[in-house]
Amino acid sequence: MINFILKRLLQSTVVMLFVALISFFLFNFVGDPISNMVGQETSTEDMEQLRENLGLNDPFLVQFARFVGNAVQGDFGISYRLQRPVEELVAERMPATLELVFVSALIAIGLGVAGGLFTGLRKNHWLARLTLTSSLIGVSLPTFIIGILLIYIFAVQLNWLPSFGRGEVVQITDGWSTGLLTGSGWRAIILPAITLALYQTTLILRIIRSEMLEVMRTDFIKFAKARGLKSRDINYGHALKNTLIPVITVTGLQIGSLIAFSIITETVFQWPGMGNLFIQAVQFADVPVMSAYLVLVALFFVVINLIVDLLYFVVDPRLRADLVH
Amino acid sequence: MAVLDISDLSIEFPTRRGILSAVEGLSLSIEAGEILGVVGESGAGKSLTGNAVVGLLEPPGRVSGGTIRLNGEDITHLSENAMRRVRGAQIGVIFQDPLTSLDPLYTIGRQLTQTILTHQKLSAAGARDKAIQLLSEVGIPAPERRFDAYPHEFSGGMRQRVVIALALCCDPCLIIADEPTTALDVSVQAQIIDLLKKLAREKGVATMLVTHDMGVIAETADRVAVIYSGRLVEMGKVRDVIDTPRHPYTRGLMDSIPQIGQNLRTLPNIEGAMPRLNARPEGCAFNPRCTQTLDRCFRHVPPLDTTADEQRQVACWLLTEQENRKETAYA
Repeated sequence: MINFILKRLLQSTVVMLFVALISFFLFNFVGDPISNMVGQETSTEDMEQLRENLGLNDPFLVQFARFVGNAVQGDFGISYRLQRPVEELVAERMPATLELVFVSALIAIGLGVAGGLFTGLRKNHWLARLTLTSSLIGVSLPTFIIGILLIYIFAVQLNWLPSFGRGEVVQITDGWSTGLLTGSGWRAIILPAITLALYQTTLILRIIRSEMLEVMRTDFIKFAKARGLKSRDINYGHALKNTLIPVITVTGLQIGSLIAFSIITETVFQWPGMGNLFIQAVQFADVPVMSAYLVLVALFFVVINLIVDLLYFVVDPRLRADLVH
Repeated sequence: MAVLDISDLSIEFPTRRGILSAVEGLSLSIEAGEILGVVGESGAGKSLTGNAVVGLLEPPGRVSGGTIRLNGEDITHLSENAMRRVRGAQIGVIFQDPLTSLDPLYTIGRQLTQTILTHQKLSAAGARDKAIQLLSEVGIPAPERRFDAYPHEFSGGMRQRVVIALALCCDPCLIIADEPTTALDVSVQAQIIDLLKKLAREKGVATMLVTHDMGVIAETADRVAVIYSGRLVEMGKVRDVIDTPRHPYTRGLMDSIPQIGQNLRTLPNIEGAMPRLNARPEGCAFNPRCTQTLDRCFRHVPPLDTTADEQRQVACWLLTEQENRKETAYA
């Protein structure tokens, strides 16, 4: 078990180093960082001086090692556009994104699991067919269209919910401001969270459904029925638990994509999160922010994957056995 | 009174192109402590009959006629919930593949106690004791230790013993064993067969042993029912049917079993294949493959003839013909 975790940690480190390399290339090859920093009237000598001061003339490996060393300490340099340390900017924006992702994930998992169970167990019920057909909409409509539609209906026409922003926020600790403790914060998060969750909901729903249909055909479910077990025990105890491995895999990856996809949703709803920060950074070629975002999203993915791998062992005794031997 | 009494059972599958009749007018009964072998080719309807008894026909399949009685009580059309109480409690079922019959994510102890607690009012500790006793009864060594093991930690034969223990959980009066030995090694097969026999003898369990393996039937069953294309064609004591098969199909089956020591170039078989359900010929369903057909065989379904011997039932016009000839000779 320990061995396995160490091995996975090592793999994760390799992945992170690779991402750091890409991020580092971004720094050095997307535009010239010096000309991004200085005005047009700066002389060539001054620019050379600055280049030397920032260590941009050092050999590649030295620069990369410095980059990784700084990144590990959370130092991604100074934003070109805002002239503030990137880690400060990201830390400011992170709570908004993580709260949005958290609420979306709750919606996606809650509705996805419930809907998947229902459509899997009662496959001929009219509501199951309707759910399944309408879930196609969730899969095929792009996020920004759903967001704009929701804004049009609930903010513009009905005037029930705000169309942008995060509402009132409360500072819990130095680093964390939350919108989940105020009424306006909750009202503000509903539309973006639904927008972000819709695709993931339908995906989880469809996977649970197809896994349930598959599992219900297996011999051990037939045998459980033949033993006269209650259908509640069969459906939730035996069938659902056996669908969990693929569901955990997909859900884990989807939570990663929630963070990544939140860029679009945050843009549509002007949500003050990391995605929004990133989009603005792209517009201004604010490379330090871009590379910090890249590394951070990769880190989220790696951590989630690690958790998913560990969850497998909780669910499936056969995998635990493989480890012992 | 017979433990299981099936009379005139018919099972059909409504499909888009019409109703397929899978089992027609099947009657059989099993006494306490008796093992009835049910043989037939794949698709003959033997497993369907077993499933119908426990109310687990896969939709759209349904019982379209006849009755199934368990200890005299009609269970043919019980509600799903009432049938659930009968399954596992009064009727135990054993399926073909022990490797896939157990839920891989739960310990066998948990699966046993879950079944026991579903049907019986026992404390958790009582259920555990009972489960351990069952495991030792079916021959699992060190049952207290194995109680917390997962299915993948057992061999195939041991898993089938666990499956049998699960079927026996609530002291059923009837066991339906659907190909219980097919997926096992021959040596393990013999052990499982011995176990089934022991249960029938010692606990007086009535057993319906569904299989296509005549060897298993010969070793295990007291009586045998031969099913062809959804109809009973011959039934009788195992020795009688094996030594002197009277229906041409049964005779063909017996001739197809190769004997050790025989030097054969080609294995004997019955020419042709069992007709599909939607293409069953008129008259006797076996007539396209039969070598001794009469005119009548193509027009009317032969009735089960029990006149010659109470213990023996055969559905063949040839035999009726012989009887008639005998009768005319006497007259």
